Order: sequence, then structure tokens, then C-alpha cells
Amino acid sequence: MTDVTALQYTEEHEWVKVDGDTVVIGITDYAAEKLGDVVYVDLPAAGTAVSAGTVVGEIESTKSVGELFAPIDGEVVEANQAVIDSPELVNSDPFGEGWLIKLSAPELPTLMSHAEYRAFVGE
Amino acid sequence: MSDSGTTPEERRSPLDAVHRAAGAAFTDFAGWQMPVRYSSDLAEHRAVREHAGLFDLSHMAEISLIGPGSADALDHALAGKLSAIAVGQAKYSLLLAENGGIIDDLVVYRTGEDRFLVVANASNREVVAAELIARAEGFETFVSDESDDIALVALQGPDALAVLLETPGLGVEGPGNDQEDFDRAVTELKYYRSFPATFEGEPVLVARTGYTGEDGFELYLAPELAPKLWEALAETGGPRVVPCGLASRDTLRLEAGMPLYGHELGRGILPAQAGLGRVVSLAKEADFIGRAAAERGPADDAPVLVGLTAEGRRAPRAGYEVFDGDSADARRVGEITSGALSPTLGHPVAMAFVAPGLAEPGTAVFVDVRGTRIPATVVALPFYRRAS
Repeated sequence: MTDVTALQYTEEHEWVKVDGDTVVIGITDYAAEKLGDVVYVDLPAAGTAVSAGTVVGEIESTKSVGELFAPIDGEVVEANQAVIDSPELVNSDPFGEGWLIKLSAPELPTLMSHAEYRAFVGE
Repeated sequence: MSDSGTTPEERRSPLDAVHRAAGAAFTDFAGWQMPVRYSSDLAEHRAVREHAGLFDLSHMAEISLIGPGSADALDHALAGKLSAIAVGQAKYSLLLAENGGIIDDLVVYRTGEDRFLVVANASNREVVAAELIARAEGFETFVSDESDDIALVALQGPDALAVLLETPGLGVEGPGNDQEDFDRAVTELKYYRSFPATFEGEPVLVARTGYTGEDGFELYLAPELAPKLWEALAETGGPRVVPCGLASRDTLRLEAGMPLYGHELGRGILPAQAGLGRVVSLAKEADFIGRAAAERGPADDAPVLVGLTAEGRRAPRAGYEVFDGDSADARRVGEITSGALSPTLGHPVAMAFVAPGLAEPGTAVFVDVRGTRIPATVVALPFYRRAS
């Protein structure tokens, strides 16, 4: 079980977990619930350079399409193949098995804390 | 003669408390806060295809016509020949503008020799009521917007009939009614027919209609009674009945190839373009609004509505452009009106308006899905048809 209070968050409803010099990125339960059942994810391949604030992937539900933003500059080291194969993991375990990409990042991020994010979504 | 309802800022269904207790997520729909889903769009969609789903459609608009001139008034007001339907029958119809464009699509129930109930989209309530009032001028009928006084619950899916038969409290209207009479009436009820029933002694119009492509029923009743009927159906159905939100309603109707106002239908679209030429009765004697335009028909190069299927999992969505190739100089030949990854079929399905030369099933086109041209094939509608 992921400790959600130890994660950082963005205004795009993504979570970021710092793990040594890599960061793991996913979308929050709030975002997953807003999207509805996720049926397709499009993630950048390992080796792709990404820059903060740009769209690097898509999370598509039966009803709508969500964009995945890179929260920081970096390079993709891994896209979650399990989620590509079973997009419903984004709904069932958004903070765990439903993670989306891992980045290697020269600078580690400073984003919203869990408390700040909860306030941001009005909870 | 007429009266008309008011328009509060944000409308809530009489079933609002029931939905909140069930943990529904809500969406704004035509000014109403309605459930978009309870837990999972896909599970709700599947429940309707395999067992049954329960929908709150209380946002829909209901407008009644009462009086000896009602049938003639509707023949004049709408595209279909409503005077031709028998008491207890229902008919899908269109409200056309003078230029032939579609103001709304409707289901009209004949509930008595001199009585009709017109069901319109929530977003078009005011305009449909106003048009019917204006068009009924000079006919012996009283047009009344009953939307605030009528709730609508739909039970849809292959188990709908069985659940309705088991639900306590339902009867037929009239003296000496009992469960047996209701069971007979509902079992014998044909598609697009209705009959006056009761629930807990209060009137309910039971109709075998729907918007899902499955067998099912729509139940019109007083708002105060709706929560009790909802609970009775849910409780009786147990695991066979899943409460369903508007997200699954949309994917269900899309698979069934049913048009949605604002997507496949609108004021700039003639019925023939949307494949609804059959709904316009050019044979009826009455002169109806939009007749001259319908007789002229759309221009030869007017786009026509088609079904599209694609492979993979990326769905074309409303507003995406359709091209005749994937090269840079390919021509734009149409636009998607609705699309989703079909939960039942497992591949993307969409509806689109395309140039008439590309409407033949089997025609290959390309859809621009956020910068990528994906190949798609024109197919006949519907995408999904239930086994009879």
C-alpha cells in the first residue's frame, strides 16, 4: 500500500514519488474517478526526453481523454507495460500498480504536498 | 391555451437523495445534476447488455396535449403522422424548423383518444414546449409542460421484464386490478407500446421503450413516488439490477446506433442526412412545419450520417476530423459526432457526417485522433443489435 502522504502532487492531478534519482509518476484517485473507466493509455517509450509541463501521454476512458503531463524535465526510463496491457489498473490502484512512467531527472521536483493537494481539490 | 414551467438555476432529480446515498458521481446535464456513474461505466454498460440497468431520466421533458384536436395539432406540429397511431402506441418523431432542420427528436405516446404525451430532451424542454404551444394554436387542444410533475425511471436489459413481474406494488389502472392483470398486461406489452398502470395505487405509465438497444421499460410517474419505485425495483432485482449513470447510457445508445441531439441531430441537419427520412411523413395530408424543406431534401453534396469502426483502442470522438487519406494532401471529408471504445465489441465505434460519396459501407477513411490519422471503415448502423 502506497503511503499517499509521502507523495508530491501537481495541479494536473498527477502524483510523483521520488525514489533515489528516479521519479515515478501516476494520476491521482481523484483524476481516475473523474475520468471514469480507463480503457487505453498511451505512454512515452523508454529513452524519450521530456520537459516539464508538456504533454507526454494520454489516458483515455470510455467518456473522455486525459493528458499526461511531464511534471519535471527528464528522460523516460520505463513505461508501465502492465498498465498498457490492463488500463483498468489506473482505476483499481492509481497510487500503486497503476503507476504510469518512471523518469530519471537531473533535478528533483518540489511540488504540492498531500495536504496541499487535498486542499487544491477541495477535500 | 397553455402553461409552462419555470427554470431554476440548478435542477435536482426527485431521486437525488437516493443517488447520493448510493455514492454516485454527478455531472451537469442541461442544467440538471444527474448521475454520470455509480461505480464503473463499463460495469453499468455490461449490466444492461447482460442483465438489467436502472436509469433515472427525470430530467427528460414531458409535454401533454389534451383535447379532441390533439392528434391534428401534432400532425401539424411534427414530422410524423401521429393521428395514425392507436391509443397505447408510441412513435419516434421529430420537431422540425421551417427550414427542415431538427429542433428536437421526441417520443410521442398516445395515452388516450384525445391525449398524447410528448417526451423531449431536457436541453430542449423550453423550446419544444414553446413550439408545441405556438403550433397548437387554432386546434382544440391544451398543451401543458408537465416536466416538473413527472419523473422517469427506466429499467433496461434482458432481465427487465422478469424484474418488473416480481416487483411488488404494481397493478393496472381501473377497478378490480391485481398483480395478475399487471403481469398479463406487461408480458403482452409490445415494443413501443404503453399502458396505464399503478404503483402503490398511484398512476404510472409503463412503456416498452428505451435508448439502450435492449428490451426494457420506461416508467413515468409522480416525482414523490419515484424513490419508492426505484428502491422496489433495485431491491427486487438484487444483483440483476445495477443503477446506471449517463456515461453508460451514452455508450449503450451509441452501440445501438441511436442519434443524440446536439451530436447527430441539430438545427443545421435535415432528417434525411441523419438517416431519419422514414420519420418524416410526406404522405400525410396535413401541412406540417418543415414539410416544404423536407420535400426538397438536402443538397446533393450535403454530408450524411454513417457508422465508423476502427481497430485498436483509440476512439474517434466528437469533433474529430475525417479525411480520405493519411497523406498531407488528403481531403477533409467529414467530422465525428460521437465515438467511444465500444464496451461490448471491444473496438472503437463512431458516428460521423461524411461527404455523400463516402457513405457506402466498406469505404475506407481516416480519422485524425489528436494528431494521428487512424484508419476507419464505414459500416451500416447499428453497431450492436440484440439477439432476438
